[in-house]
Amino acid sequence: MADVTPTTTPAVPPAEVADVELYHPKSYWTKYIFSQDAKVIAIQYSGTALAIGMVALVLSWLMRLQLGFPGVFDFITPEAYYQFMTMHGMIMVVYLLTAVFLGGFGNYLIPLMVGARDMVFPYANMLSYWLYLLAVLVLVTSFFAPGGPTGAGWTLYPPQAILSGTPGSGGAGIILMLVSLILFIIGFTMGGMNYVVTVLQGRTRGMTLMRMPLTVWGIFTATVMALLAFPALFVAAVMMLFDRTLGTSFFMPALVEMGEQLSYGGGSPIMFQHLFWFFGHPEVYIVALPAFGIVSDLISTHARKNIFGYRMMVWAIVGIGALSFVVWAHHMYVSGMHPYFGFFFATTTLIIAVPTAIKVYNWVLTLWRGDVHLTLPMLFALAFMVTFVNGGLTGLFLGNVVVDVPLSDTMFVVAHFHMVMGVAPIMVVFGAIHHWYPKVTGRMLDERMGRFHFWVTFIGAYLIFFPMHYVGLVGVPRRYPEIGDTLFVPESVHTLNAFISMMAFLVGFAQIVFLFNLIWSLRHGREAGGNPWRATTLEWQTPQTPPAHGNWGKELPVVYRWAYDYSVPGAPQDFLAQNDPGGATEEARASP
Amino acid sequence: MSVILLFLCAVAGIAGWWLLRQGLMSKPWLETGAGALPAGPPLPLAKVGVAVFLVVVGCLFALLASAYFMRMEYVDWRNMPVPNLVWLNTGILILSSLLLQCATVGARQGELATVRIGLTAGALAAVAFLIGQLLVWRELTASGFLVAENPANSFFYLITGLHGLHMLGGLVALALPVAVVWRGGITDRLRLRIELCTIYWHFLLFIWLGLVVLFTGWARQFVDICGQLLS
Repeated sequence: MADVTPTTTPAVPPAEVADVELYHPKSYWTKYIFSQDAKVIAIQYSGTALAIGMVALVLSWLMRLQLGFPGVFDFITPEAYYQFMTMHGMIMVVYLLTAVFLGGFGNYLIPLMVGARDMVFPYANMLSYWLYLLAVLVLVTSFFAPGGPTGAGWTLYPPQAILSGTPGSGGAGIILMLVSLILFIIGFTMGGMNYVVTVLQGRTRGMTLMRMPLTVWGIFTATVMALLAFPALFVAAVMMLFDRTLGTSFFMPALVEMGEQLSYGGGSPIMFQHLFWFFGHPEVYIVALPAFGIVSDLISTHARKNIFGYRMMVWAIVGIGALSFVVWAHHMYVSGMHPYFGFFFATTTLIIAVPTAIKVYNWVLTLWRGDVHLTLPMLFALAFMVTFVNGGLTGLFLGNVVVDVPLSDTMFVVAHFHMVMGVAPIMVVFGAIHHWYPKVTGRMLDERMGRFHFWVTFIGAYLIFFPMHYVGLVGVPRRYPEIGDTLFVPESVHTLNAFISMMAFLVGFAQIVFLFNLIWSLRHGREAGGNPWRATTLEWQTPQTPPAHGNWGKELPVVYRWAYDYSVPGAPQDFLAQNDPGGATEEARASP
Repeated sequence: MSVILLFLCAVAGIAGWWLLRQGLMSKPWLETGAGALPAGPPLPLAKVGVAVFLVVVGCLFALLASAYFMRMEYVDWRNMPVPNLVWLNTGILILSSLLLQCATVGARQGELATVRIGLTAGALAAVAFLIGQLLVWRELTASGFLVAENPANSFFYLITGLHGLHMLGGLVALALPVAVVWRGGITDRLRLRIELCTIYWHFLLFIWLGLVVLFTGWARQFVDICGQLLS
């Protein structure tokens, strides 16, 4: 066992760079509103994302009202239903999940976890948030535009996205949507450059890449992917904007509408689908990779055990990131493609299951014989694992062309992607908020409200989406506001639809409890202290809680070890912080 | 989507090569101590930032080229003539890039006069390029090549427009060093700024040359020849 001898090099090299110049806010406005401090920007990002997310939640209620009780609510016309569906999807995927993981957690955690004072380009970071807010506002404006928001579906497929028959497309709805996306992408690029360069260049002494917590690895890789994938959406959005406003024919084929020949001709809707999914598939992992990273840290901390297979976890994150760029066309099986292409994309899709499975095994093996504390972050992390495996398994079915073609347009797909990229990542968002709230505010979230929220959300989500798989399997198509009396749809589907809707209202209500908890605990939560979870990573070792401007005191921390030294034999406490020089424990660790 | 995939292969290659040098095979759970593990930045932050940004810009234009090739396959495609003015503009842009290169070299050697002239003339050449591009647009629209007339036209206006916007952004960034250099001497900060602007200029020139190859149809011919050689 020669290679278990730890190598210790105690000498600390002098700092090689002077501290990054910090911008010091001078007034209330620059401190809390136009702030360049990543921590404030993170809270702004998260707050805005949660606010717009509530809008999307209400939209899902409205859709469920219609699906569960068709014909009862007159104001939900088919047009309105499509508008709700489109806005719900787009908000949840782009404006909530992407923004909260990268803009929220990325901004808060990257500088603290790598031992930096702030992001490297604070001014661009501030602009990033304000552009994001502007994008959200433009999106919200479309609700009040003549004709309402676009109802083209969140994928905005042409030609219908810009034809006058689609709700919202005659007016400004689709234009506002595209402009909002363009603004979002410009804003995100500014923030994304910050996250990447901070990880590359802003790390403190001793923080090698392989000592970074997996949270940082996840957010870093996801950001790199987002920087490469969002331009595809940008190009698609700009080209569609041209088609809509200037009458070009990038995507628009020759069309007859209401008996009239339109001026478009020759364009290719498939080209849009390629561009869209070239962004759209990496987007799944842009949301999933930060979740993977955060879950690894939650599990390790709350099971008091080092993460199993750290190197494998890093390789898997990078591998998933790279692979996710060559699977996009599996969203397009039903659009028609050469069988060899279908084969290729089915194969790459299934290959992604390998690094993903490695991660799941490693999480399970981290829990194995760990000192599992069923705290709320741990509960949410466990819920994520179960849900992600569930959604991943149906993903294996859908990744195959022959299975996908009959199922693609049914509720089965809706159930699948809600499990895998709706419920699973949002579980991590909740877990992470419970985990880091004490650091952000100095107080713990209320435990009773938290547990109520967890159990209702977790069980409720399964009661919503498990029946939906069945509804899809019997052939109920998605995107239909009303099924009506159809021979192949059994009576049980109507009962189930009503049941799913009831559960959706219940789960939605639980989210209000969560939001109330966030606000209530600001005042009334238990005092947390600096490191309530006894975690090793740097953000818990700040001199003040919440961390002050500049994060660290006079000197930056020096990192001596990786992020997962839990339950170290012979150590004075059951963990060694990353900036703990240790020393006495080395012999204990070396002996078998 | 072949252009963007090739581009991403290149990015992945560079990223992979870099990652392999970062000790991905190390066993962090066995290695403690802060020595021998420097994480200090050998490069200035801004330089890395610009490099990351250029990758994103490159990605954007690679995607546009991908879409261009895809759309080209359809029957309604009619190649657009390339006005002679485009060649003049290309020359001006090369000149602009060279002048900025002179300024960078001058800044490195501390020759204030070279820096002043190089920067100012380079910026003026860039402005001339943008005006030239507007003239190209006017000439084309005057001879009936309107944006919605044919997909080739649409792509031409879209891509040159986006390239021009990036150029404009570069000019905004360049305005500061130009203003500073006429007021005082050369500082380290200024030297870095000039160098970054120059890198950005070279990159936009590189993109522009790629676009010219695209618009003249040489890219298409090149792909065809490669296809014949392979089959």
